Amino acid sequence: MTGTFLTRNPSVPIFLACLALFTLAVTMTSEAAGTGALSTSFLKTLGKTLCLCLVALAMDLVWGYTGILSLGHMAFFGIGGYMIGMWLMYARTEDIVTASMANSAIPPTEQEVVDAIGTQIFGVVGSAEFPPIWAFADSLWIQLALVVLVPGLLALVFGWLAFRSRVTGVYLSILTQAMTLALALYLFQNDSGLRGNNGLSGLQNIPGLTAVPQSQLSLWFFWASAVALGAGYLLCAWVVSGKFGSVIRGIRDDEARVRFLGYSVEGYKLFVFTLTAVIAGIAGALYYPQAGIINPAEIAPIASIYLAVWVAIGGRGRLYGAVIGAAFVSLLSTMFTGGQVPSVPLGFYTINWVDWWQVLLGLSFVLVTLFAPKGIGGLFDLISGRRAPDRHGADLGPDKGSFREQEAEQ
Amino acid sequence: MSQLLEVSGVSVTFDGFRAINNLSFSIGPAELRAIIGPNGAGKTTFMDIVTGKTRPDEGHVLWGEMNQSLLKMSESRIAQAGIGRKFQRPTVFEDQSVRDNLMMALKKNRSPWSVLTFRPSSADMARIEELAEEIGLADQLGRKSGELSHGQKQWLEIGMLLAQEPQLLLVDEPAAGMTLAEREHTTDLLKQAAKTRAVVVVEHDMEFVRRLDCKVTVLHEGSVLAEGSLDHVTQNKDVIDVYLGR
Repeated sequence: MTGTFLTRNPSVPIFLACLALFTLAVTMTSEAAGTGALSTSFLKTLGKTLCLCLVALAMDLVWGYTGILSLGHMAFFGIGGYMIGMWLMYARTEDIVTASMANSAIPPTEQEVVDAIGTQIFGVVGSAEFPPIWAFADSLWIQLALVVLVPGLLALVFGWLAFRSRVTGVYLSILTQAMTLALALYLFQNDSGLRGNNGLSGLQNIPGLTAVPQSQLSLWFFWASAVALGAGYLLCAWVVSGKFGSVIRGIRDDEARVRFLGYSVEGYKLFVFTLTAVIAGIAGALYYPQAGIINPAEIAPIASIYLAVWVAIGGRGRLYGAVIGAAFVSLLSTMFTGGQVPSVPLGFYTINWVDWWQVLLGLSFVLVTLFAPKGIGGLFDLISGRRAPDRHGADLGPDKGSFREQEAEQ
Repeated sequence: MSQLLEVSGVSVTFDGFRAINNLSFSIGPAELRAIIGPNGAGKTTFMDIVTGKTRPDEGHVLWGEMNQSLLKMSESRIAQAGIGRKFQRPTVFEDQSVRDNLMMALKKNRSPWSVLTFRPSSADMARIEELAEEIGLADQLGRKSGELSHGQKQWLEIGMLLAQEPQLLLVDEPAAGMTLAEREHTTDLLKQAAKTRAVVVVEHDMEFVRRLDCKVTVLHEGSVLAEGSLDHVTQNKDVIDVYLGR
């Protein structure tokens, strides 16, 4: 409890230094810097990975620290992407439409421009009208605010209903899965107003920056993602470091006891749930311009389950564990599913990793849960010599004179 | 004398089983009271009702000088109103240090926003040192509470209760699993606490109750069987029949 925030949380300066070094190294080798050792597409992958690390941080806060196994946080991530995607698509279509109409003899009226944009965007779902949810799509600032507000409000309402009824454990996980599934199914409909299963596309083109090459744009987004991840790490570390961290870890370990200490457990859960939904929304808003496309499949329940798997493999209950897990597993997943890992011919059968990757991932998830519950992050404990007493749940002896296990003396 | 807690005519039924049957009980400020009774007499259910964990089917639970009803309040609100509870099994947050456990219990604003920006002042640190001294854990502040011995955990939990500065302490079997020396220390702690607030101790162990030297309430089948000094109730024929005689 003594010293500054940074000395009490040594992982923060170490993490920020690693992130800065990584950003520097990527910048130096990027195509924009002229060397071209790193292809622009891989730069985008790295930038997207940083966004996934950010949403994993949120997941760790809500699951690893507060003990709420939410299997719906990728829905908030997707909503963030949709919110920014609406502006990107609207503004870019507006540019194209105005450019093509500029040549006509009579200058187009404002309404004609809007109608033309509507036809361009919604032609694919057989419509030309702007649905009400696109009301603010022409304003970048409002859509940026919605990136935070929509996931935040959805989490607030959902969380209030769920936590107030004291839904916990696996039932809450199922509820969050239902939420993300319902949202995905709704968005799959053509009349949902967000182009059904086509989703929003062309998001990698930033309106007003058409002259800037993708190599440069990707680097900017990479930087933005790195800054967001650094800021997110700082925020999460600050939240979990003080008494608030004590309380939420208390809720994870023994909810009833925290209640009898006078803390409103529901209020704390709601706070964390909403905060992490907002973080997830911001991460999504940075991710999808780099991915270029968002469709309802991104919000499918499996995405949120992957998120939980990353955090479990990386090590929950420690922030750097979540980041490592998300980076490690999602990059491996890119490699395996991208066909970059050679197939293994067994003679009678050839293991094609594109098909077998999910089996491998599932198996490693089970193995990590069984044999290394601390995940990859647990390796750092070996270095720092921090070990938990292995008492198999038993109490120590009642007094100094009685039997005490060796581990506890450390 | 005005009563701090007044429970009157309370009944609660679990699936047809009447755990508490028309129970009435009251305790004044700065009083030490022991509740004894055989297993299933409703001792723990009584505590559950007072702390808001269980809602009774009928009856009133009134609290404080304002005679506020506790039945409409949530567990956390009741705790904030000044009722602290210690469970039978020591429940401390094992993953956290003794200091963090005490800090969490320290009487402060409990809302998420104020907890988020809370940083302990030197007065808070001093208070924690003082509490740790009182419960005999002064040199263990930095240790994870999961590493403490069983008795130390019990004390830590009592320390956490004291840190809450409640007006009423409900203590469920504080001496279970303790050595003789630890029991004596626990008795002292409870007697000390009862000088400034009301303390209700649920206990099986007669020796321990005798050492507390206070008024005793005997519960049986969900209602009060006898009340008075320990010697008085142990001579009561009903009490001997249902409890001591067996």
